[in-house]
Order: sequence, then C-alpha cells, then structure tokens
Amino acid sequence: MTTTSPDLARGADGATAPPRRTARSTASLQLREAVLPSLVALLVAAIVGDVLIVVFGQSPGAVYRLLLEGTWGNSYGFGQVLYKATTLTFTGLSIAFALRAGLFNIGAESQLAAGGFAAALVGLALPAGLPWIVMLPVYLAAAAAGGGIVGGVAGELKSRFGAHEVITTIMLNFIVLALLSYLTSAHLKVPETLHTSEIHSGALPRLADFIAAFHGSAANVDIVIAAFACGATWWYLFRTRRGFELRAVGLQPEAAEYGGVRPGRVWTRAMTISGAIAGLGGLNFVLGYKHYYEEGFAGGAGFLGIAVALVGGMHPLGVALAALLFATISQGGLAVNALVPKQFVEVLQAVVIIAVAVSVPEVRRLLRTQRRTD
Amino acid sequence: MAILLFLSQTLRIAIPYLLAAAGGVVTERAGLIGLTLEGYMLGGAFCAALGSYYGHSAWLGLLAGVLGGVLLGLIYGVSAIRFRADQVVVGIAINLLAIGLTRFFLRLAFGSSSNSPRVPGFGGEQAGTGFGALATNPMIWFGIFAIPAVGWMLYRTPFGLRLRAVGEHPAAATSVGIPVARVRYFAAILSGALAGLGGVYLTLDQHQFTDQMTAGRGFIALAATIFGRWDPSRVGLACLLFAAAEALQIQLQGAQVVPSQFVEMIPYVLTIVALAGVVGRAVPPAALGKVPE
Repeated sequence: MTTTSPDLARGADGATAPPRRTARSTASLQLREAVLPSLVALLVAAIVGDVLIVVFGQSPGAVYRLLLEGTWGNSYGFGQVLYKATTLTFTGLSIAFALRAGLFNIGAESQLAAGGFAAALVGLALPAGLPWIVMLPVYLAAAAAGGGIVGGVAGELKSRFGAHEVITTIMLNFIVLALLSYLTSAHLKVPETLHTSEIHSGALPRLADFIAAFHGSAANVDIVIAAFACGATWWYLFRTRRGFELRAVGLQPEAAEYGGVRPGRVWTRAMTISGAIAGLGGLNFVLGYKHYYEEGFAGGAGFLGIAVALVGGMHPLGVALAALLFATISQGGLAVNALVPKQFVEVLQAVVIIAVAVSVPEVRRLLRTQRRTD
Repeated sequence: MAILLFLSQTLRIAIPYLLAAAGGVVTERAGLIGLTLEGYMLGGAFCAALGSYYGHSAWLGLLAGVLGGVLLGLIYGVSAIRFRADQVVVGIAINLLAIGLTRFFLRLAFGSSSNSPRVPGFGGEQAGTGFGALATNPMIWFGIFAIPAVGWMLYRTPFGLRLRAVGEHPAAATSVGIPVARVRYFAAILSGALAGLGGVYLTLDQHQFTDQMTAGRGFIALAATIFGRWDPSRVGLACLLFAAAEALQIQLQGAQVVPSQFVEMIPYVLTIVALAGVVGRAVPPAALGKVPE
C-alpha cells in the first residue's frame, strides 16, 4: 500500500490544470470539481432514501417534511443539530487536514475519545468552582495532547518505518479504545455505569444560557471554538509556509522532497495536528454536555468525519457546512423514527460517502474531457 | 481434558477469522484493500438469519449469507474498479452501509432493533462438547479448508498466478493479456463470499443475529492477513494464534491474570509491530489500493 491516492489529496486544487488557460477558467473548473461530486452524492442519497422509505411503506414527502421540522423547524431540534455539528466539525476538520497532506486518518474515532478522556482526567484533578474562561486553555491543551499523541504515533510509524497510516490508525482505534476502557473500568468509573464521576470545574456554558429558546438542547459555546478551529486550520493550510509544505507533500511527496521538504517530518506533524484537532472535539461532550468521560461517547463521529471531510471538499468552510448537513441527517433520524426506523439515515450517510468517492474521479474525467473537446 | 477444551474452543473462535482472512488474502493479493471484511461478515450474518428463519433451513441460511457477502463485494468492486473510487473511502463506507442496512432490515423483517428470533443452525455448538460434536457442523469444515483452498488456488492454478500478477503489477498483467478488471471483480466477489461465510458461522452458531454481532472480527481477520504477510499458511497460523489468545483469556477469566482489554489488543499490536518491521518487515502487494491506468 502506498500513500493514499494523490487523486483525493489533490481534491479541489486540481493540481494538473492544463496550460494556456486563464486563471479564471481554472478557478471555475476547480470549484465545479469540488462542488459537483457532493451534489451528485446528495442526489443519489435522496433516491436511495426514497426507496428505503417506500420499502417501509411510508411516503417520502411526509418523512422528509418531518425530518426538516424536527431539525431546523424548532429551536430544540436546531440546538441538537448545532451540538452534533460541533463534534463533526472537529473530526471532519481533522480528517480533511490529514488528507491535505496525502494521509488518511481513520483514527479520528479514538483520537476524539482520547481527547475527551484527557480533558476529563484534568477536570477530575482540578478543585471545584474555577471559572470556565480561566480553565479553558488548560482543557484545550489536555484534549489536544490526548488526541495529538494518538495521531502522532501513527505519523511517526509512517515516517520512521513506512507503516501505512490507514492500517495503523485502524489498529490504534482498537488499541486506544481498549486501553481507555481498561483505565475507566478499573480505576475511574462510577460503579454500575460506564462513566467517570462528574467534573466540577470549567463546564462550558450552554447556548441556552444566552438564548432561552435553545432550552434543553446540548449546544454549548464549544461551537465557537469549532469556528475558531476552522479559521485557524484555513490560515495554517493556505497562509503559512508549513501549510504550503504540507499541501505540497500531499500532492506529490517526491517533488516536495526535491524542493527541500522532508516528507517524513511533514507526515508526523500532520498526523499529530490532525489527531489534536479530533481530540479537541472531545470537549464538546465532556465539558459542554455531560461533564464526565463516558465509554463510547465518540459514537462513530470519527468515522462520519470522513464523510464530512469529503463532502466538504477538504476545505475548512466546506467542512463546517458538511458537518451541519450530516448533523441534520443524524438528528433527523431521531425525528422521523415514528415513521421509518431511524437507522435509515445511517444507510443514507454510507451512501453519501460511496457516491462522493465514486463521483470524484468521474466528475473530474468528464469535466476535463469536455474542456479538451471545447 | 482442559487442554482438549482449550483446543476446541480455539478452533471454534478461529473459524470466522479463518473464513474472513481467506477472503482477506484473496482481495488484498488482487490489489483491493480488505477494509470491507467487517461489512461482508455483518451482511453475511444478517442474510444467514433471514434465509435460515424464512427458509427453515440452515443450508438456505448459508446460501443467503454467502449471497449477502457477495452483494456487498460487488458494490465494493463496482465502486473501486469501474468507477476508480478511492478504496479506503469506499471500504469504510461499505462497513457503515452494512451496519445501517442490517439495522434497517432487522426492524423491517423481524420488528426488532436488537436481534432476530431464534433460527435453525447446524448443531454441534454447545460449548465444552469437544471435537466430536464440532465435526458434525459443516461450517467448521468450511473454516478449516478455506485457507488451504485459497493457498492452492493462489500458488497452484493459472488463475492464482494471474490474480497475484494483478495485485503486484497490473500494467504488466495487462500487457500479457490478463483482464485485470475481471480478475479484480472475481476477487471482490470471492472475498465477499468467504467473509460472508464467516458471518454465517456466527449467526448459525448463536442461532440468532444480533445488532453488530461481528464486533470487529473482520478487522481481526484483516490484522491476521497483514500479520501473516499475505501468505495463506502464515495467515491461517495468525488466525489460530489470535483465537488461542482469546480462548486462553476465557479459560483464565476466573483468575484475573490479565485484564481482558489487554488480550483484545494483542492482534492489533502484533499487526502494527509487523508493519513497522521490527521482526521481519511485512511488505504488502505492490499494487494494493492502486488504480491501474
């Protein structure tokens, strides 16, 4: 297995733009190549969704209407969408960041859990009653370190030994989750539960504290941190020298090396940062919602982050929008459970991923042949 | 007696690994990444429950389970071969698809969100009955012979030679007239059937399908494929090794020598060690995951 196909890493950049084209037509081609696959994927998913709904003997119109009403149609549902989108923004951003370096981080699930666990450990050690704004940097550092270590191990295994990151991150998922399960069950958990005792310092305020309409939903100020993370990631990728090196390695490691960049260093750095971003996502649950670490809280958000990163075109802004989309689908599943089993949204999410993966190379091929024959 | 019990338990645990890992060797040696094994197994396990319950026969369950695995294998094949989609992305998505579809149809077919009703099996599944009862279960024999059969196909038949060529150097294979896409389709289908059979074993052995019952076994099979360096006999030994560790853990449960979580880690840690090349480097097929031009 070699590095993840440069096809994906290339993504919206369209690094192989043909010569003698104006900058503007190249930019519009890049935009179309980035946006079209996601649109195709949503269309395919809608069709598959219709089929499943009809199989279950319901009317698609009614189901989709209920889905929208239960998510964007009322403030509680919308708050839940925002809460879920916050975690997905972090995992999606984490995976998109690694993809820009040509690396596939399948380990966001365990990095997210490790980040949350590290934050909970710090929280349990702190005295009660400290204000959250003072403690936030400490928690940020802990969560980033927790996820970053897991990601960094995979990066180091790749740059030092050439062990493929897809396999090592999958294996690390199982190892880290088993380790956290052991630490929690043997040392930290409240008897008869799967979670630690409650943290009494630094809980993040809920959005409901500022806007009463959100009452009852788990949305919290971590969403602001997620927005900052998007901005910071964009800045790093597109406005710094290291970001440039990272994208160069992602497009063509040999060429980057010829240009004086050491791909091994970039791989380790990229995986560490990617893991740290995923780890930060753990704060949403641990500090923003339950105020304790619970086994299995990641709940697949690490894998759904792959869909978020791909549909978002591996761009921070796209990731945030895609996170909203997938959060809507997840929350919508609960809203329509009375009509169709909520599991049908899980099928939709998988179909979206397959359809994006299928249409990325297809769309590029079609657009390019069309240009050549123009 | 304790030794016999340990051995029969090891074999029982190893059967689904052996079947899925046989599929893992076939798909990876043809250049298709085996991330989908878990999904194939889950699909196979669910379809086995469908076939066995509605057909009132374990053999119909087996047939349905194999078909379920094959269907998922075809989705993977069409996406990765015809449409040249990224194998890692599609592979992960096939697993999510299998979880979603089995849950959805569990509600539809059996009206439950956790498990199917009791379904007919082959018998011979009572724990501790030793080898005599095991031998009457045809699934055990499929498990035992899957890896040798794959090894024979890979190294002793012209088709096996072609399959390996496709996994190592598709361009060279094309140049001597091997239909690369067709060989890869066959590999996707066969690995779906074999891993699906691994899922069938689980359902028929437990007489029911439960939500996410494969519980990562497909990834253990993938770990065995890599730890066994893509060579059938070593992969078979890796499956037995991983199963033996689990059986030992079950036997020692009362003694609490090692926390169960550390036993769970063994296959994954060994795989990382093998990939990192601490003791003899594991080198994958050269064209694994690549799209031929």
